[in-house]
Amino acid sequence: MAKVKKIVKSITIDADKCNGCKACEVVCSSWHANPRYSSNNPARSRIRIVRLPLRDIYLPVYAGEYTEAECTGRDKYIIDGKEYNECDFCRASCPSRDLFKEPDSGLPLKCDMCEETPALDKPKCVEWCLAEALIYVEREEEVEEEDQVKLGDIEIGLGSMIDKYGLQQVLDTVARMVKP
Amino acid sequence: MRYGEIGFDLEVDLSRGSIDRVETDPRDTKLYLGGLGTNAKIMWDRVPPETEAFSEDNLLIFSSGLLCGTGAPGCNRTIVSTVSPQTKLVAYSMMGGFWAPELKYAGYDKVIIRGKSDELVYLWINNDKVEIRDASHLRGMGATETSEAIRKELEDPDIQVAAIGLAGENRVFYASVEQGRSSASRGGIGAVMGDKGLKAIAVRGTKDINVADPAKYMELCNDVLKYIKWREDHPIKGMPPILQGLGSPQEMAIADEQWHTTSFMWGNSRTRRKDFWTHQIEEKWRETQENVRTRLISCHNCPMKCGATISVPGLPTYMMKCYSKLTYTMAAFSDLDFGFRIAQKATEYGVDGFSAPQSMAFGLELLEAGILTKDDFPGMPDDSEGRFFYLLDKIVRREGVGDYLADGTYWAARRIGKGAEKFDHNTIKKHEQLPLKLGMLNPVYYLMYSTGEKINITQIEGQFPQEPFPTREAREEFVKDWIQVPDEKFKKYYVDWEPRGEMSNPYYPTVEASCDIVDWMEKMHYIDDALGMCAGLSSFPLKPPYHIHNYPDFITAATGIKMNKDDVWQSATRTRTLMRALNVRRGMRRSDDKPPEDHWKKRFPDLEKQLLDQYYKLKGFNDQGIPTKESLQELGLGYVAEEFEQKGIYVNG
Repeated sequence: MAKVKKIVKSITIDADKCNGCKACEVVCSSWHANPRYSSNNPARSRIRIVRLPLRDIYLPVYAGEYTEAECTGRDKYIIDGKEYNECDFCRASCPSRDLFKEPDSGLPLKCDMCEETPALDKPKCVEWCLAEALIYVEREEEVEEEDQVKLGDIEIGLGSMIDKYGLQQVLDTVARMVKP
Repeated sequence: MRYGEIGFDLEVDLSRGSIDRVETDPRDTKLYLGGLGTNAKIMWDRVPPETEAFSEDNLLIFSSGLLCGTGAPGCNRTIVSTVSPQTKLVAYSMMGGFWAPELKYAGYDKVIIRGKSDELVYLWINNDKVEIRDASHLRGMGATETSEAIRKELEDPDIQVAAIGLAGENRVFYASVEQGRSSASRGGIGAVMGDKGLKAIAVRGTKDINVADPAKYMELCNDVLKYIKWREDHPIKGMPPILQGLGSPQEMAIADEQWHTTSFMWGNSRTRRKDFWTHQIEEKWRETQENVRTRLISCHNCPMKCGATISVPGLPTYMMKCYSKLTYTMAAFSDLDFGFRIAQKATEYGVDGFSAPQSMAFGLELLEAGILTKDDFPGMPDDSEGRFFYLLDKIVRREGVGDYLADGTYWAARRIGKGAEKFDHNTIKKHEQLPLKLGMLNPVYYLMYSTGEKINITQIEGQFPQEPFPTREAREEFVKDWIQVPDEKFKKYYVDWEPRGEMSNPYYPTVEASCDIVDWMEKMHYIDDALGMCAGLSSFPLKPPYHIHNYPDFITAATGIKMNKDDVWQSATRTRTLMRALNVRRGMRRSDDKPPEDHWKKRFPDLEKQLLDQYYKLKGFNDQGIPTKESLQELGLGYVAEEFEQKGIYVNG
């Protein structure tokens, strides 16, 4: 496969600077509302802060891939004397927890780095993080040319429905719903 | 659909154990906005003036503000209203944190609690599912401990909890409601919560909050964030360090406490220590603060960092903001290390950081004066720190002398008698005030202290500098980018104000100018309290991001209710007048409108009379401080005038 140059968007998370204000959650859910900015709801945000003030844990985590089954990770991490669950660092929309799922439908959520045409200067969460715990970094990388089309929200959602109910049942349901 | 607000309140009757979700009248939004405004309307309609604080009929209202939980940065305040056991007037208290936005995400603007539960309970609001749950296992627990226990038992770390500690359970007249890094402390609302048998309200919400004009609203929010950033890079030089920027006074970030420790009073608000602050103390206090402060922290959707997580070695971790690090320190003539240690206990017990240390220092003064004796303090240690810890324990348990001191200095003095009344010298309307004693009367502050319905100077002052810069050039420079003024005349008031001479206190600002300045300051607080906006980004600091010129756009874009500057201003006037009317109906009159008795050494009775007369006139009150029939009707408060007439309040005074 051919190598191509690609701009990779990434966010450096300086958890030491996070104050736990949730502005990132507010603006993320607001950006992704339909119509845009018409509502906000941190439970729909694609970034969430693991926020345990009395243990001084402030950990912003981005929504990653949807997964149909939970993993075996049950380990603990101790960093600077603070105990974290392995799951705290995980980006997956996973059956073991409510995180990164639409609260009403349960459909998975995934960070899209606020993909938009024309491109934003930086993702909204970064723009709203005045504490500078979130820093946007672009770098050029040589990567394998992708032959796979990037999945959109609806495809990811449908994929999760198919995993749960089977393709035939989803098709039957859609067919029933579109009947006049 | 309603925008900005949710349009539903939660009505909980603890006597009957009933819970109802009730739709609210959108016409009230236009009139009173929300938060304190609609709370005042509910208190007027549903709590008759003869209702006492510890009555089943007293309501305890936990309200969000109109814009809480929307994208507006810093809009997160919970406004609590009830009848105060201490002042016997309508208690006013608020807290920041995360509770109010969470309530709106759960689908409610307010929780209105009436009745009393026989057993200790807590309320669990989880979106549409609301339960009254047994709290007997939480009895006696600290407020922070309670929050953690509830999160653990309900297995969700994102639940927001407002809880009382032992002080609230035992109905201490200045018991607070604690919520993580914030607390609603003034007026003894924690005591009312305890009287109702309610240990905590836990909330979790995962629903949407909608706004009417999304693109416009986001543009306004972005402008505010940009201005906050700009203001951070442009502190106002020449002001004390803690007042140069935005937010609450930056007590957690800044260790330089020269201003507080040398200008404010120590002990029972008695002793000024002008030479206290030395290089040595600064070094020591800085070290103390940096050693215990784990992290600076924020409230919901706010870039400011006014609070901190505090971990004193050997003590449980707690959170703190603002000035309480010094109130115990200074009342006990001790140091900052003691301040952080005792504040940990005080936070768990849940007491107000002004009233509690002052009541303790007052008790010790009575001992020194021989009005109380050693027998009243059995087993009390000899050192000042030990005595304060001893008294705190006695007060929250209402044991021995603690039972007296738990009512605050006013009521304790009257119960103790034997001349103790003289030692209650720093209250307004029976409520302890900032420990501050000054020389020359300041006409603006005279009015704010005397007439403020919230009985707390920090909830009325702000925006207008506390003192003039020394030179006219510096004052002219200050007003150049002062976009927040509602009218250009305020710039002139400030530029002309001199530190000394004819154009200085007490005769300048003039009577008229003083009334205008107070009117502006208190209006902005009333708007904030209706919207749920933190005063730290609006009515309190100099040159804030929110002001009368952008608020109408915020309200219109959020709610879809078209409001201009005059509408918003009038709504604040309406709520201010209704708050006055509530207290007038409970018996408050002109004779109650006075500052702490020895707040200033130099007093001017004639000038003070003129100030009060003019202020009442501007506000549409008669010479007894009672809103006139005409002014009430003009504000659409005809129902208040009618009741005043029926009750003979105008005739009998």
